[in-house]
Amino acid sequence: DYLTDRTLKKFNRKFMGEREEVKLLGTWYSPVVARAKIALRLKSVDYDYFEEDLFGSKSELLLKSNPVHKKVPVLIHNNKPIMESLNIVEYIDETWSASGPSILPSHPYDRAQARFWSAYVDDKWFPTFIAATITTSEDAGAKGMEEVGEGLLLLEDAFVSISKGKSFFGGETIGFMDICLGSFLVILKARERVNRETILDESKTPSLCKWADEFLSDDTVKNVVPEIDKVAKFIGEFEAKPQSAGSRS
Amino acid sequence: TPCRRLCTFKKEAKLVSKRETMEAERSEEVKLLGTWASPFSRRIEIALTLKGVPYEFSEQDLTNKSSLLLQLNPVHKMIPVLVHNGKPISESLVILEYIDDTWQNNPILPQDPYEKAMARFWAKFVDEQIYVTAMKGVGKIGEERDAAVEATRDLLKLLEKELVGKDFLGGKSLGLVDIVATLVAVWLMRSEEIVGVKVVPVEIFPEIHRWVKNLLEVDVIKKCIPPEDEHLSYIKARMDRLKIKSVQ
Repeated sequence: DYLTDRTLKKFNRKFMGEREEVKLLGTWYSPVVARAKIALRLKSVDYDYFEEDLFGSKSELLLKSNPVHKKVPVLIHNNKPIMESLNIVEYIDETWSASGPSILPSHPYDRAQARFWSAYVDDKWFPTFIAATITTSEDAGAKGMEEVGEGLLLLEDAFVSISKGKSFFGGETIGFMDICLGSFLVILKARERVNRETILDESKTPSLCKWADEFLSDDTVKNVVPEIDKVAKFIGEFEAKPQSAGSRS
Repeated sequence: TPCRRLCTFKKEAKLVSKRETMEAERSEEVKLLGTWASPFSRRIEIALTLKGVPYEFSEQDLTNKSSLLLQLNPVHKMIPVLVHNGKPISESLVILEYIDDTWQNNPILPQDPYEKAMARFWAKFVDEQIYVTAMKGVGKIGEERDAAVEATRDLLKLLEKELVGKDFLGGKSLGLVDIVATLVAVWLMRSEEIVGVKVVPVEIFPEIHRWVKNLLEVDVIKKCIPPEDEHLSYIKARMDRLKIKSVQ
């Protein structure tokens, strides 16, 4: 009845926080946007998604929310913008801490490991991967891919030591490092298809390969990340454009 | 081959003396591998001092890296490295978060998740944008230097806007961004004397100047920034070395 309904709404507002307005600005192909989506999914947070056209004109909301970098993803929670994908994931973990599994580990040393390896992926490994795949110089490309492979060996060791036999870096459930590295799996596999080469090699990094399959088939991930074929097609079209050829090398 | 690099790590690890390994593993002992002038190393010292955590400082020679450093940070082979309870942590921002997680008095990060996110954003901005861009001008002359100065100023303007009306960035007391940025600002301002170019003139950046001046009055900061005279000589020597390198 009316009274119960009103009381219930008041109860909800009091205990579930203010009317939660969560917006996510992103692009369908961006791996770092997927990170935010996975985290929101893990915490069962409802949100409105806005697709940005970064090659066309950026929306007013994006320019207002992220004036410094004008990049996606941007999470807007009750009108407060949060930028940078890993910051967003930590924010989601801290804000909706009562819901879903913990994304960051609880022990300070484990947290430091998660942050260290995600910084390694974002600051070293992935930029090397991008540079190697967009260069027009065959030599630079080959050398780059060799470094990518070496990095994967390091990550294999890190995974084995951190996961301690469980499915994910985070243990039984997806955690911070899983989201960080896992978000790049689609573009990695898309690149494998476009270039017709193996990058994530089962003979060299068997644990990582198994983890990759587990990650991509997880409920919180599989309908959230873009399809590998769609990304492969996108890469193919993007690289076929005459103006993009000039910006490579 | 990929395997070779891993084998080299293991070989180098064996060269560390057993005594060093035992020392590092002594429980509760906090050791910091760093260099006396590095803003990345000093920021850790500020954090530890702020929290009253006793630590042993180990000055590293980056031109001839110790086997201990290579064992403790095989991925990056860089300072700072914090060793606590025998376990190494690398990357200065990761170390700062670890310190805040472990010793909860005098918190460096705000409690509120949004404020925390902002603090993390600005700390990274200082490191990855301001510092990196400013470094591009070091040892350079003429147009190349001017371009770096201009680019650095554009970034500093964003920080200037953020500081209006604030004594600390991201909280009511000394925090992550203040710690990170004071050292970078001090390095920049001291470099100005040597380079002869005002990268951060007070006319354009009154807020940054006010903020840094305030922070330099804080005890723990006063205690931990590199002493001026020695620092100036150090910066000059480093720039001369880089100038020679870039001309060759």
